[in-house]
Amino acid sequence: MIYLDHAATTPMRPGVWEAMRPYADVVFGNSSGVHEVSRRAKNALEEARERVAAAIGAGPSDIVFTSGGTESDNLAIKGTSLSSTPRRGVVTVATEHEAVLETTDFLRRLGVPTSIVGVDKLGAVDLPALIDAVDANTAVVSVMYLNNETGVIQDIAGIAAAIEENEPDVLVHSDAVQALSSEEIDVDDLGVDLLTITGHKFGGPKGAGLLYVREGTALEPVLHGGGQELGRRSGTHDVAGAVGLATAMESAVADRSRFRSQVGQIRDDFEKRVLAGVPDAMVNTPETGRSTHHLNIRFPGVRNEALLMRLDRAGVAASAGSACQSGASEVSHVLEGMGLSPGEARESVRFSFGWNSTNDEAVDAAAIVIDLIEELR
Amino acid sequence: MRVLVAMSGGVDSSVAAALMKEEGHDVVGVTLKLWSGPNGESPTAGCCTVTDAEDARRVAAQLDIPYYVLDYTDEFRDGVVHRFVRDYGSGRTPNPCIECNRTVKFDRLLNSLADFDSEVLVTGHHARNLQVDGSWRLHRGEDRAKDQSYVLSMLTQTELSRIMLPVGELTKTEVRSIAAEMGLRTAAKPESMDICFVGQRDYRGFLRDAAPEIFEPGPLVASDGTELGRHDGIVGFTVGQRRGLGVAVGEPRFVLRIEPASSTVVLGPRGELAVAGAALGQLTWTEGAAFSGQVMAQYRAHGEPVEATLHNDRLLFAEPQEAVAPGQTVAFYDGVRVLGGGLIAETFV
Repeated sequence: MIYLDHAATTPMRPGVWEAMRPYADVVFGNSSGVHEVSRRAKNALEEARERVAAAIGAGPSDIVFTSGGTESDNLAIKGTSLSSTPRRGVVTVATEHEAVLETTDFLRRLGVPTSIVGVDKLGAVDLPALIDAVDANTAVVSVMYLNNETGVIQDIAGIAAAIEENEPDVLVHSDAVQALSSEEIDVDDLGVDLLTITGHKFGGPKGAGLLYVREGTALEPVLHGGGQELGRRSGTHDVAGAVGLATAMESAVADRSRFRSQVGQIRDDFEKRVLAGVPDAMVNTPETGRSTHHLNIRFPGVRNEALLMRLDRAGVAASAGSACQSGASEVSHVLEGMGLSPGEARESVRFSFGWNSTNDEAVDAAAIVIDLIEELR
Repeated sequence: MRVLVAMSGGVDSSVAAALMKEEGHDVVGVTLKLWSGPNGESPTAGCCTVTDAEDARRVAAQLDIPYYVLDYTDEFRDGVVHRFVRDYGSGRTPNPCIECNRTVKFDRLLNSLADFDSEVLVTGHHARNLQVDGSWRLHRGEDRAKDQSYVLSMLTQTELSRIMLPVGELTKTEVRSIAAEMGLRTAAKPESMDICFVGQRDYRGFLRDAAPEIFEPGPLVASDGTELGRHDGIVGFTVGQRRGLGVAVGEPRFVLRIEPASSTVVLGPRGELAVAGAALGQLTWTEGAAFSGQVMAQYRAHGEPVEATLHNDRLLFAEPQEAVAPGQTVAFYDGVRVLGGGLIAETFV
């Protein structure tokens, strides 16, 4: 199998599973307990917290361990909108992940004022409209760092600075789950108050993520209970998950410059080959402000369902955007947000590369894609 | 041969897939995602409501065949649901399952076979598709009680030549016992009798939510014009209907006809319900050539066929028939052989 769906999830990086393994059976204790096995688990948890914090320029107490991106997005948005401060409103962007958009819509149904700001043809957020949508009642603005479907990178630091200038009390959240492999992430440089990370997008375990919460940020928990994570997220800790997250994060950060050049070159080469073989293919991922490892591309006249099925049978795993439980490929709201028609969105496929992608795979996959497009036409 | 099996998540299509696999075909399973929710509320609750797809997916995994869910919600909404609403709004009684077969399964999906690198579409319908002297014949299913040839009566050689119906050779009991022997999780699954997008609600309620604008109040009148009461919309009344008319008169009253132009529903005693025949539209012929003469005509999905004479687009019943509703499909049979089908445009006495 040639796996070109790393934006959906990735295989674990070497050493991650081994690092997690002892916390399943040997050091299995509940990190809140008062005995030896629990103390050792707690120690591993806090060590993991220091490691993940260091990887994004944060302090350990700013880290809330969660079950992943969806939970972190929910906690960031619900937690700030429903916190003890009087500000309630949520402002976000049309091309966000469903975890952000559906959470925002849930709050709208509760009566919270919400705004969804559009993007331009290149996927960049309409900053004047965003600033215009922010008002004295806005609690949080949520903007994705690197789009999961297109690889579009938003200028988070610029957006955060513009918000700071207009409404300094508004919190800024960024869903950065796709960004960690390739982009420098320092929460102070970005100027964000909240940042979502999940392990499985860069070679860590599924079900382990974090929300960075800037010190002093008022946050209502989404999961109430035993008061773990300084009361911000209750529930017995997944120590193995936290250790796996930390190990993968350190590994991804250490591998970042190689990833940027090597995986970026593999993606670029794949793109060139596909465009040479299918000259009328349209690249939805913009030429500037793009990630190193995503490629969203449209093959006019070829429905993506058919291409993905053929690719699957030919041993190439790709996708049409974000996956839904039924498995049906729906019209991408991200591509629609960038101005594509539903029909054009249904002709678009996402190839995403990852830490273990190889040049040979990209060469083979490009040849398969070109053949299949020819067959389907 | 590479075949695409349309798997609904029911026992029939599960066994159809299993039988094709057993015969050594290269089988791909697909489920069509047709509708998101009762009111089409899509993005919030919409994405993942295909619960039956889960059964299909599990069966496909057990059979070790590739499986995909195809999003046909646009085609279904435009080709089936809109028509369902429009037909009821104009006083007809539509059969959305037949429209789905006509416009989605045996048109859009069938014409996409090449995309999926398949030559043949397999479904779990109880009907038989037989090759005789180089052409295809559609017959009733082996299990007369479960026969579904009525809902396939619009198929022609173009479609039949690319369709296989393996469970049509079996009784429902045999289908279930094959499923049980193979340990398929759908072996004992009850049959769904609801219109998929209406669900267990009454379809009048569905229509009221989906298209309130087609509800226009009007009179309920006797055949001599006397007003017997009022209704809040002709939508949902069906010729031959007796229950839920909202008028209490001595003898039982039935809907005789619906006059959409004036939103009038005409009621009368059973004796006035019978019609001598019907004018038909959208006639199709399974074996190509148009047919005229004596046929057995079936005008309800679970009705018995009756003797009739077909002359061009006019069908004359040997005996007057009750509850023949415009919008419904008539299938023509010669014994177990399906000759063709059409839609009732209007009836005459």
